Amino acid sequence: MSTLDETHETRPETFPADGAPDLLYSEAEDDLRAAVRSLLTDRGDATASLARAESGSPYDSALWTSLAGGIGAAGLLVPEALGGQGASHREAAVVLEELGRAVTPAPYLTSSVIATQTLLACDPDDGGGGGDGTAATALLGDLAEGRTVAVLAVPLATGPDAPLPGTAPGGVIRAVADAATADVLLVLGDDGLYAIAADAPGVTLRAQTPLDLTRPLSAVTVDPAAFAAGTRVAGPDRAVAAVRGGLLAGAGLLASEQLGLAEWCLAETVRHTRERHQFNRPLGSFQALKHRMAQLWLEVASARAAARNAADALATGSPDVRLAVAVAQAYCGRVAVHAAEECVQLHGGIGMTWEHPAHLYLKRAKSAEIALGSTGAHRTTLATLTDLPAPRTPQE
Amino acid sequence: MTTPDAAELRRLTRELLAGHPPADTPVADFLTARFDAGLAWVHFPVGLGGLGAPRTLQGAVDAELAAAGAPDNDPRRIGIGLGMAAPTILGFGTDEQKRRFLRPLWTGEEVWCQLFSEPGAGSDLAALGTRAVREEDGDWIVNGQKVWTSSAHLARWAILVARTDPALPKHRGISYFICDMTDPGVDVRPLRQITGEAEFNEVFLTDVRIPDAHRLGPVGDGWKVARTTLMNERVSIGGARLPREGGMIGTVARTWRDRPDLRTHQLHQRLLALWVDAEVARLTGERLRQQLAMGRPGPEGSGLKLSFARLNQEISGLEVELLADEGLLYDDWTMRRPELVDFTGREAGYRYLRAKGNSIEGGTSEVLLNIVAERVLGLPAEPRDDKDVAWKDLTR
Ligand SMILES: Cc1cc2nc3c(=O)[nH]c(=O)nc-3n(C[C@H](O)[C@H](O)[C@H](O)COP(=O)(O)OP(=O)(O)OC[C@H]3O[C@@H](n4cnc5c(N)ncnc54)[C@H](O)[C@@H]3O)c2cc1C
Repeated sequence: MSTLDETHETRPETFPADGAPDLLYSEAEDDLRAAVRSLLTDRGDATASLARAESGSPYDSALWTSLAGGIGAAGLLVPEALGGQGASHREAAVVLEELGRAVTPAPYLTSSVIATQTLLACDPDDGGGGGDGTAATALLGDLAEGRTVAVLAVPLATGPDAPLPGTAPGGVIRAVADAATADVLLVLGDDGLYAIAADAPGVTLRAQTPLDLTRPLSAVTVDPAAFAAGTRVAGPDRAVAAVRGGLLAGAGLLASEQLGLAEWCLAETVRHTRERHQFNRPLGSFQALKHRMAQLWLEVASARAAARNAADALATGSPDVRLAVAVAQAYCGRVAVHAAEECVQLHGGIGMTWEHPAHLYLKRAKSAEIALGSTGAHRTTLATLTDLPAPRTPQE
Repeated sequence: MTTPDAAELRRLTRELLAGHPPADTPVADFLTARFDAGLAWVHFPVGLGGLGAPRTLQGAVDAELAAAGAPDNDPRRIGIGLGMAAPTILGFGTDEQKRRFLRPLWTGEEVWCQLFSEPGAGSDLAALGTRAVREEDGDWIVNGQKVWTSSAHLARWAILVARTDPALPKHRGISYFICDMTDPGVDVRPLRQITGEAEFNEVFLTDVRIPDAHRLGPVGDGWKVARTTLMNERVSIGGARLPREGGMIGTVARTWRDRPDLRTHQLHQRLLALWVDAEVARLTGERLRQQLAMGRPGPEGSGLKLSFARLNQEISGLEVELLADEGLLYDDWTMRRPELVDFTGREAGYRYLRAKGNSIEGGTSEVLLNIVAERVLGLPAEPRDDKDVAWKDLTR
């Protein structure tokens, strides 16, 4: 829908000139969006996604190869010297908008953002941090080309500030996203972060049934034997910070996925209610519905500003990044859920059917609201960052 | 003349400051000199306060002047003039009108008000009944009643819409005038409002003579001119550039920090949610500003006023609750006719009551949602039966 898209122009080298975050899309980002969108339109039809999801292996490997390697999306965050595109979170955010818009099942957020960012923070050049710098570097190169998929073995609900689970070997880590398709797991051990082949002896994956059919979840167990077979990519000092950095980037960019999802829900709802007639009128001419869609539009436009702000803060390493990510997550998750709920509602009976893709969007939106820190968790972070503390008295 | 660039504007700004040191120049003189130097709104034409320069360069001029301690024309005091009358005069005025009105408007020497709403024509402004009848000599004689006119008691000039042909359908027989508020036929009576003060007025127009030279735009085309004014009104109400925690959220955040005794868990959650919403609204405004600087206005503008109205009401309502016993008190019910409309001044109870007007003045939230639904989302209009009927035959 054209009014929801934007047209873009070239702009001055330094924009905006006053040091404010750049909240627009650049021409390069537009080109990237066009490439991803045309790939997804050709290949990523929601009915096909659904069929694959039901078959138990949701990922279309040909699509992943084109997206990750062909377009080069997997390597956006990786410097050119390490085999990546040397782009930034701003570009990766645009890819995620498109993946959200199409509810594409793909391990982009988990592998190309969270695992990649975590490995980058392992400081591959160093090695002195107690990890094997060469191994991390090599792995980053493989991730950048999309040849290898790696996921951080923490529950999908883990926010950037949450206690990190999984430090006890042999313990079960539940709800790990995309582990089922991963070649490598990044696992926190007592003495650092390990890269462990997903098929190594001592690694057990048990598929769980996810609410979001397009993002598979597994319960992961990693025995001591597997740690021994793996490679330590960061020592104890660096590991936790690296993981938190990965989760922070993941949370910040998830906002863009949520934005894309919400945009689709709104555009599709507008299209549907303009076409469907009841009471001898298009549904979309009833003011009660128009106001709900206009309200959603306002939320989506606001979510775009919040998501762009988070992506820009991550890209520029802004001192504001913690706050920008928390604001984006506390806002965009709610918007995506609201958009998806309205989408189902305003589609009526059609919206409740398995054939119509609306349910895929609702399931993704509701799961994503919990993923990488709930709205409440991000608000709690904000309470600290903004010095707006909770009352000292216990809950009354 | 070639378009001035950033360096040229910097030079002119320094020249202005050197010639009129802010410390020893009376405010009115400084503002006049600034207008004459073309540094008032640099994108306006030469001679009208501008230099025909790119709009993007205004920020740098403002920043440099502010840093030098130069006085500003308080935009709150003359919001209707700056925000609404000026763009309309610029868009539709004759050269003579532009030369006569823009300079004293910009310097604040002449305050403007808006004679649009009538007792029978608020949201349905095009139904207005104030009559303008043409005399033999070409002048117009105006009779009617306007209402809720902010600052009419301070204004030197008014923008006025009146019906010039009742036989045409309501949108077509309207013309747009500049009304001299010192005309003996103009009677301004204070209208006390919800806060106790009288910020707006009733205005009775009895045989007010308006020279044809004070008509803005063609006879019968006033609706088109009025739409320009209304569009600018919405942006100017919600569109002020604020720092983080600017506006009402800053006030309640300070109360929260200073008064730990008042905090409750339930209010904490609401406060954090509103803090996020306010920050996102600020970013959305910032994004719109960047789009405008790039010369491509986005539809976000229609949303800003909606967000502003909702946030101000919820935040001020929260603050009254937070204050508990003190929230039961009101600072002062004395009837006054204020010089400033100050949404954030005075105490919480006042702010709460005044904020209720934000979703009514300048187009109600319901009407704005209709506009978003129809013009942004392209949803069908509701069936209506007033469009092709002569105004005189409409039910009133
Ligand atoms: C503080 C303040 C300052 C003002 N200053 C000025 C001024 O300086 N100059 C000036 O000209 N006017 C001014 N106004 C007037 C203002 O523009 C009108 O009040 C406003 O446009 C609404 O019109 P109304 O009051 O007639 O309400 P109505 O149009 O009677 O509306 C009543 C209710 O019905 C709803 N409604 C109306 N039509 C529809 C519809 N089609 N669909 C759904 N709901 C609808 C409205 O949203 C509202 O909730 C001011 C108002 C306030 C509160």
